[in-house]
Amino acid sequence: MRTLVVAGLLSIATVTVQAQDSVTIGAVLSVTGAAAFLGEPEEKTLRIYVDRLNAEGGMLGKRINLVIYDDGSDANKARTFATRLLDDGKIAAMIGGTTTGASMAMLPVFEERGVPFISLASGISIVEPVRRFVFKVPHTDRMACERIFEDMKTRGLSKVALISGSDGLGQSMRDQCVAVAPRFGVQVVADEKYGARDSDMTAQLAKIKAVVGLQAVLNAGAGQSPAIVTRNFAQLGFSNVTLYQSHGVASKSFIELTGAASEGVRLPSAALLIAGQLPASDVQKPVVINYKQTYEAATGQPVSTFGGHAYDALMIVADAAKRAKSLEPGKLRDAIETTKDFVGTGGVFSFDAKDHLGLGPSAFKMVIIKNGDWALAD
Amino acid sequence: MPHRLSDRHLSVLALAGVVIALGWILPNAYFLRIATLVWIFALATLGLTVLIGQAGQVSLGQAGFLGVGAYAAAILPTRYGLPPLATPFVGAFVSGALAFLVGRPILRLKGHYLAIATLGLGFLISLVLTNEVGWTGGPDGMQVPRPVVFGVSLSQPSTWYWISAASLLIGAWLVLNLDGTTTGRAFRALRDSEVGASVMGIDVSRMKLRAFVLAAVYASVAGSLLGLSNGFVTPDQSSFLQSVELVTMSVLGGAHSVVGAILGSAMLVLLPQVLTVMQDYETLVLGAIVVVVMIFLPSGLVPALVDLTKRLTR
Repeated sequence: MRTLVVAGLLSIATVTVQAQDSVTIGAVLSVTGAAAFLGEPEEKTLRIYVDRLNAEGGMLGKRINLVIYDDGSDANKARTFATRLLDDGKIAAMIGGTTTGASMAMLPVFEERGVPFISLASGISIVEPVRRFVFKVPHTDRMACERIFEDMKTRGLSKVALISGSDGLGQSMRDQCVAVAPRFGVQVVADEKYGARDSDMTAQLAKIKAVVGLQAVLNAGAGQSPAIVTRNFAQLGFSNVTLYQSHGVASKSFIELTGAASEGVRLPSAALLIAGQLPASDVQKPVVINYKQTYEAATGQPVSTFGGHAYDALMIVADAAKRAKSLEPGKLRDAIETTKDFVGTGGVFSFDAKDHLGLGPSAFKMVIIKNGDWALAD
Repeated sequence: MPHRLSDRHLSVLALAGVVIALGWILPNAYFLRIATLVWIFALATLGLTVLIGQAGQVSLGQAGFLGVGAYAAAILPTRYGLPPLATPFVGAFVSGALAFLVGRPILRLKGHYLAIATLGLGFLISLVLTNEVGWTGGPDGMQVPRPVVFGVSLSQPSTWYWISAASLLIGAWLVLNLDGTTTGRAFRALRDSEVGASVMGIDVSRMKLRAFVLAAVYASVAGSLLGLSNGFVTPDQSSFLQSVELVTMSVLGGAHSVVGAILGSAMLVLLPQVLTVMQDYETLVLGAIVVVVMIFLPSGLVPALVDLTKRLTR
């Protein structure tokens, strides 16, 4: 009981501490739970960069007060925290929604209250149909499919087997890939599934291996499953078949987990993973190198593209605030929608009234794993 | 027993008083939402009050029925054009039928075996909701259409506060009434001794089945309300952790007590909100509270408080 009282007093205290000359940015992220591998780097990134922005004078001279709530990867809790953020005080903008589920659960509240909401989740349903106050920064699953099939087409591969996890990314990407495959002349010859927490996918891959004329295998999934699929794929010894992974593979730990098995694996990725190898002419190079160094110095951990999304979202808000010369949510929204050629870690963003994603498939670079490191494929 | 009768009505009246007072006092959408969640989860927990508290059976798959109710609210209007406000009833019927079918074989089991069987049932429902992407939208969940009554879309937090509170009051009144009926007495006999109950001429497996179906219907209605008030459902609502949370709500407040069900769900909904200041230790503190209550007040909070007041007034 005493803890309760103390906690209650503390929460009141924190509310009164908020100075007049500050602006509140809210965030609801999945720092714990099933999606923690996404939410954790997002949280760290936001804390690092809000501190940096504050050291440089905040937003329009006002100190940024960052309020992060952890939804424990539960969409229902995310919704509650979203309402809390809006009712606790005026927030200028909202970042987050680590997963598509949490984002979809929260966005009606922000639409209703008229506060800009920038989601960090990949599902296309967040920005389709376009909602006035809802934006998102990560690439969509459809773009990943398009980029992969484009690569297959140029390499003359047309018979692909899909294998997908039962997680959000896996299911939505599988559907998108099946839908866009005909446009690239790609034929889906097998369609296997596995549970998001399965520890072995040999059975599914063995079935795929039996398909005659198979040229490529595409795995759609995030978390630990891509590493397991890659290892099982190597153990089964496919001959003349390329393994493609999705953008759900987004950090160096994938290569560490798979070792030699991941040699030759191809995947679409944001520029961040291959920051060091980008040609000097690449507009994203300074941004991604800067983010990589800052993040790695502050946390001692390798960067992932997920943290990069949080960086993009925060900086887009900061950029919009400068142009709007106001921190009023409505004006901020208008400024976000008119963002043009903003260089982030995920790509170059240009929003407009019909496009609240602002990225094209070219935002993805095709990456191949060579000698235990990422390399640009083309 | 006229005295019991008045007791029962008094409880519901007192509860109604609290509901109405809170409805007036609560200042904004956030507090209204928290209260709404408390009423909704209390409704689901009331089913467990009957199942665990009265009939003495354990279910670790209750969130499965919560999920069935929630997805009924999402799927039926989107795919079959059913009016959203009819979905809690259809969902309750589906859940009840499912509990009836599955309950017949598994309620022959006792104790841990029953718990494991219900656990499996909960997992199965959760798996179906997660994997049948074409129907349920998969792990990302799906949108629930807003009910429209006389041209007004029901999306205000206050509307859902009153709807969920009214449902809870009706649910609580039914459970309190059940206590005095033949079925209620049979449940209690069952809890105290299955052998004794069957010697008394009670059809043990039929009574267990009744309690199980009733609990499923309560959870399902709560799930539908959750889906409708959120305007969105995800498979999280049917997860194993959610089942455990429901049992915790029931046991923490006092498994026999209607007020206990409400207090238990209030604690589990409110604590994560209060503990955000020490976010990293949230699970730890929550766990510690449950352990301490279980060790020192094994019958739950409300029965312990009742005992205490009795001792003090004696």
